[in-house]
This record gives sequence, C-alpha cells and structure tokens, in this order.
Amino acid sequence: MTFHELILLFTVFVLSIFLGFELISKVPPILHTPLMSGSNAISGITIVGSLVSAGSSLDVNVNLFGYQTSVSSLLGFIAIIFATINVVGGYLVTDRMTRMFKKK
Amino acid sequence: MNQDILIIIYLISSALFIFGIKQLSSVKTARQGNLTSAIGMLIAIIATLFDQKIVNFELIIIGLIVGALIGAIFALKVEMTAMPQMVALFNGFGGGASLLVAVADYFKESPSEVYIAVSIFLSVLIGGVTFTGSLIAFGKLQGIVTEKAVVYKFQHPINLLLLIITIVAGIFLSMDQLTTSQILSGIGLDIFVGENLLILITILSLIIGVLIVIPIGGADMPVVISLLNSYSGLAAAMTGFVLGNAVLIITGSLVGASGIILTNIMCKSMNRSLLNVMLGGFGSTTASKSQAGAKEIVIKEVGSEELAMMLDGASNVIIVPGYGMAVAQAQHVVKELMDELEKRNVNVRFAIHPVAGRMPGHMNVLLAEAAVPYDKLYEMDQINDEFANCDVAIVIGANDVVNPAARNNPNSPIYGMPILNVDKAKTVVVIKRSLNPGYAGIENELFGYPNCLMYFGDAKQAISKLIQELKEL
Repeated sequence: MTFHELILLFTVFVLSIFLGFELISKVPPILHTPLMSGSNAISGITIVGSLVSAGSSLDVNVNLFGYQTSVSSLLGFIAIIFATINVVGGYLVTDRMTRMFKKK
Repeated sequence: MNQDILIIIYLISSALFIFGIKQLSSVKTARQGNLTSAIGMLIAIIATLFDQKIVNFELIIIGLIVGALIGAIFALKVEMTAMPQMVALFNGFGGGASLLVAVADYFKESPSEVYIAVSIFLSVLIGGVTFTGSLIAFGKLQGIVTEKAVVYKFQHPINLLLLIITIVAGIFLSMDQLTTSQILSGIGLDIFVGENLLILITILSLIIGVLIVIPIGGADMPVVISLLNSYSGLAAAMTGFVLGNAVLIITGSLVGASGIILTNIMCKSMNRSLLNVMLGGFGSTTASKSQAGAKEIVIKEVGSEELAMMLDGASNVIIVPGYGMAVAQAQHVVKELMDELEKRNVNVRFAIHPVAGRMPGHMNVLLAEAAVPYDKLYEMDQINDEFANCDVAIVIGANDVVNPAARNNPNSPIYGMPILNVDKAKTVVVIKRSLNPGYAGIENELFGYPNCLMYFGDAKQAISKLIQELKEL
C-alpha cells in the first residue's frame, strides 16, 4: 500500500462514517435490537481478511498434531471460526427477530 | 481472480450492506434488509475464495463449517429474553477476528510502512478490547459474572496506566525495529521487540477489555453493548487499513457509526455522559446515603380481585414494561392480559423507555415475540402526555425509569433523567417482587404516591392470577 492509497482509503473511511450517521439516525427505536444484531453481523466482514490469512501463507513453521502449517495460517483459521460465528449467528438471530414484528 | 474484479465485487457487497441497513430502518422491510446484507456478505466471501493469493483451502473449509455450525446453533436456540448477551457474544467474536487477522498479518510479514504498523496496533487494541469486554458483558448478562459494579481502589489510575503502557508499546511497534531494540535494550526490555512486542500489546488489550467493563453495573449494559458494537465496527475498519481493503473500511465505519449513535441515545435517555457510565460504579455508592435522609414511604397494596375489577372498568390502560418482565419471562402473559382487556373494549398501549431492559430495543423484541402488534408500542416522547388521560398505568418490572424523583428531587442520582410520567395516570399499579430499590439504589417515591398501588409477586405469576380473576368476573 502506498501513501497515496492510504489517503484514498482514509477518504473512504471518513465518508463512510458520515454515511453511517445519516443512515442509522433514521432507524426507529422499535428496531434498535435488530439494527444492533444486524450491524453486528455486518461487522463480521473481517471474515474476508481471515480467509486470506488462513489460506495464503506458504511458510511452514508450526506442526499441529502432525499438520504442517504456519502461525499466520493458524491465527487466520481461528479468525475464520470467530468471524463465521459472528456472521452466521448475527444474520440468523436478526432474521428471527425481524420476522416477529407484525402489525395488527 | 483478478484483483480489480475482486475490488468491484467488494464494491457491490458494500452497496448491498448500505441498502440493507436502509431497509432495516422500517419494520415492513427490516427482514428483507437483513437478507440483502446477508447476500452482500455471501458474495464477498465467495469472491474472496477465488482470490489468487489463497492457495490452501483445508483450514478455510474446516473453519467455515465449524463457525457456521456454532453460530447457527447459538442463534436458533437462544431465548429472546437472552438476546442482549447473545449480541454481546457475537460482537466479541467479531472483535476477536479483527484482532487475529491483524496479528496474523504481522506474523506473515513485518509491516513495510509506519502506517501499516499503526493500523495493526489499532486493530489489535480495539479488537482485543472488544473481544474480552464483550465476553465480560456476556458474563454479566448471563449471570456468570456479577451484575454489580466491581469497584476497587486505584481502579481508574490502574486502567489509565495500562492504556498508556499499551500506547507506548504501540509507538515502539510502529518505529523501525533497529531503533526500537536500541532504546529497549537500553532499559533492559529488549525481549519486547517485533513479534514479542505485538504479543505484549495483545495481552494488554485483552486485560484492558476486562477491566473497563467490570466496573459497569447491569442496568448500564445498553450503553456498554452499543459502545462495544461500535468498537467491533471500528476494529474491522482498522483491519481494512492493515489489508488495504476498502470493503472492510466502509462496512466497519458504518457499524462504528451505528454503535456511536445508539450509545449516544442510551446516554441521553439516562441523562448521563458516556464518561460517567464508563467510569462505572453507578448505584453502588448511593444506597446508604438515600436511606438516611428519606422519610418512610407508606405504600398501599392491591389484591388481584380488586385490580381485576378496576381494569374491567377502565377504558384506557398503558403498560410500562421493564427488565423485570424479561427476567420473569412474562411477555406472553402480558400479551394475554392485553387480549383479555381488549375483549372488554379497553384501549391498551405500551410505553417503552429507551433504556428499559438490557439493550436498546430489548422490550420491543420481547413484546413482538409475544405477538403484540408493533403499532401498540409507543416511544417515550409519543406517549408521555397520554398518561394524564389514562385510567390505569401498569408498571411491570420497571423502577428507575418511572421514578418521579428524576423530575422533582435535585439530590437524586437520577435527577434530570427523562422518565415515563406514570404518576400522572389516575391510578398506577406497580407489579414488583419486593420493595427493593432499583438499579440506582434509591427508593422510588412513586410507591408512596396516593394514586399508586403495589401488586406484589413475580411478574408472570402475578399477571396469570390477574387474568384468572378477569375471566371470572
């Protein structure tokens, strides 16, 4: 990543925060719990990074019960489990909640 | 897959997340919105699997299956009353994942630039605090860790010191290794170079996460969960800077903003600053003070039969649920009570205080689960003027959020907090297990008011009994 790319990413970061404020201040209090669990699931987007961490290393510096791998792959592996729990659990639980809300 | 195509697919995912959140802002489209954002996530995951950088799929497949199974079991088994701790737990795993990805990146290759090292440090710090902080919040809500505020001597100086040490370590991590090792060996700390320094930062971040959540009591959890939600987003955004990946940055900052907004709403609803909540210890010191000066409150009790007759003759009833309703799992009998009253042409509405329960919107979800139509649920500002026209206000397991001391008594710790004006109703009935004070540790002067009647009992049993009496009328 060059410094130029960093500046671009930082621009994206700042604009996204503004977008977030605009989007979410419109959510009514009745939906605050689904909003929270739904946005929680979205924050599991780190899964994208964890997939690369777990699958891209060619080093072999760890032997786990006979399985040859690297420290970064192993950390990525745990990260995949964590992030998948976050993503799958978050979306399912939000679905359970949002389908309960019914008008008379 | 070509990196440029991957970036375009990530952009599509980001757009789906944004559109999904937009749909989440209306009850009618909320479920669709969640699906939209889930599709965005699926696209991002599948596209990443085609990334040329990925050469080994064994760990990936096992990880995805294990994580999906655990997540699905949790999500499908959890009781709606336990939703706050579930959200806290999922949140913690998200933070933990960001922490691990940042550490893995450092172990793969030492950061080439200062700003990458800084991003790794911030990912680890925020991710670590989110991980253990959320686990402690989960423990508190689940009853594994004490719900009370844990306070001890020098608590804040210790936390501050740890944070300063962590930041200093982060600065060393960002400098080039030669300079760092020269400085550190000068003070005999030369083992903390490179990877060891990052491990030290990780451990410190995890400890800070525990220490900042333990002093916060149960009823302040809506603030804590919102804040940790915001942190998990920010951690993902920081990881985005580590990997140079815009989709993580966009999504992470959306979630970060969402958490900050909710945190702000929760704090305002308690008339307290975020700093006041985070410093913790609320309610643990005020209990003895208030008992000394307060005059004895004389209460009036009401039985189920008398109460049934009163409700039978009412035309306007407002129900105010609180955390006690969740604890007693009373939402279904509350719905039954509503049906019983509506059969008698009583207008029944629900008044929801923003901080009722243990997370934002907690009461709404419980009542929706019990099939109470959402157009009967009113926000505080919508319904507060209606209490004056209401025959009976029924308070179920709520306390501080209906305490008129918040309006009248400048010495009260909750003075200035916006409350539901149940005392303006012709009659207020408080369903409560005992006269124990609420979370703030103060007596509720409402209980001594001439128009207030106490109906003692576990919320679920007490309301079941009331429904029986109503049916026998």
